[in-house]
Amino acid sequence: MLVKVFVTPRKGILDPQGRAVEQSLKSLGFDGAGAVRVGRYIVLELDAPSIEQARETVRQMCGQLLTNPNIEDYTFEIESAPNEDGPR
Amino acid sequence: MKWGVVRFPGSLDDTDALWALNHVMGQEARALWHKDEDLAGVQCVVLPGGFSYGDYLRCGAIARFAPIMKSVVRFANDGGLVLGICNGFQILCEAHLLPGALMRNRSLSFICELVNVRIENTATPFTCAARQGEVLRLPIKHGEGLYVAPADELRAMEERGQVLLRYTDAAGRERDDANPNGSTRAIAGVANATFNVFGLMPHPEHAVEAALGGEDGLKIFRSIVMSVEQASAAASAARSSAASSKTPA
Repeated sequence: MLVKVFVTPRKGILDPQGRAVEQSLKSLGFDGAGAVRVGRYIVLELDAPSIEQARETVRQMCGQLLTNPNIEDYTFEIESAPNEDGPR
Repeated sequence: MKWGVVRFPGSLDDTDALWALNHVMGQEARALWHKDEDLAGVQCVVLPGGFSYGDYLRCGAIARFAPIMKSVVRFANDGGLVLGICNGFQILCEAHLLPGALMRNRSLSFICELVNVRIENTATPFTCAARQGEVLRLPIKHGEGLYVAPADELRAMEERGQVLLRYTDAAGRERDDANPNGSTRAIAGVANATFNVFGLMPHPEHAVEAALGGEDGLKIFRSIVMSVEQASAAASAARSSAASSKTPA
């Protein structure tokens, strides 16, 4: 299975990168841009017997290593692997 | 007293810490390898500055799972003294031995300069040789030093006196332009609730000789030595009074 994890700075936590990007966007004239958060995108392949088990495993990965719950939130998507014989 | 300085791949200031302890302070300090689990009977563990594991993912996130960290966590939970400097502070936060986390500096730039920090609580093993409100001049050199913690956690920490160091100007006044990285409440160093684990972004080990530009860092190391000596004196006094009370009158 293909796992995509999206990590963003937790709401309410100061995000200096997001603020700098927001200021740059505004200086380029994108006045409608706001609440910019800069995060991290992690992709991995996972062997798991079912989507449910994969979800649980990814939650454990996020809790233990991939994110710091003090300062970050995450969401993830899981896609079933493409046909093993087909091109990747 | 016996000290151990942990050497992770990417540690940079381990040698400076060993120099400060062995040559300047006359202590018995040794390096501890990240793959070992044996703390070799040391009385204080130092997690030095640097970029352990290349700062991949988040600063300190990978180092936290090094084999030696299992022993360091056990040692800290048993009341052992642990000092984390810069990257060591980041590792202690990732290992949940200290509250909060360190994020990218507000300027987004790496900062390398001398700063002033005020001693906020002297009733700890890490600050007992300093005066309340004393201002130390110490170097910082980091890209991720902006301290954050949840608001309720911060309130509890302030009430318990866990904030040991705050960025100020030379006169000890809190000013926004004296806060180099934008840390919440100008926090430069925090202890855990039992005051045996301390993390700070400034580098006391780089300020131990006049030739290095200052000796204020010695206050931190001297405090630790003083507290360990006082604890062992108190323990031996308790032993001898227990022994004498058993003696029939």
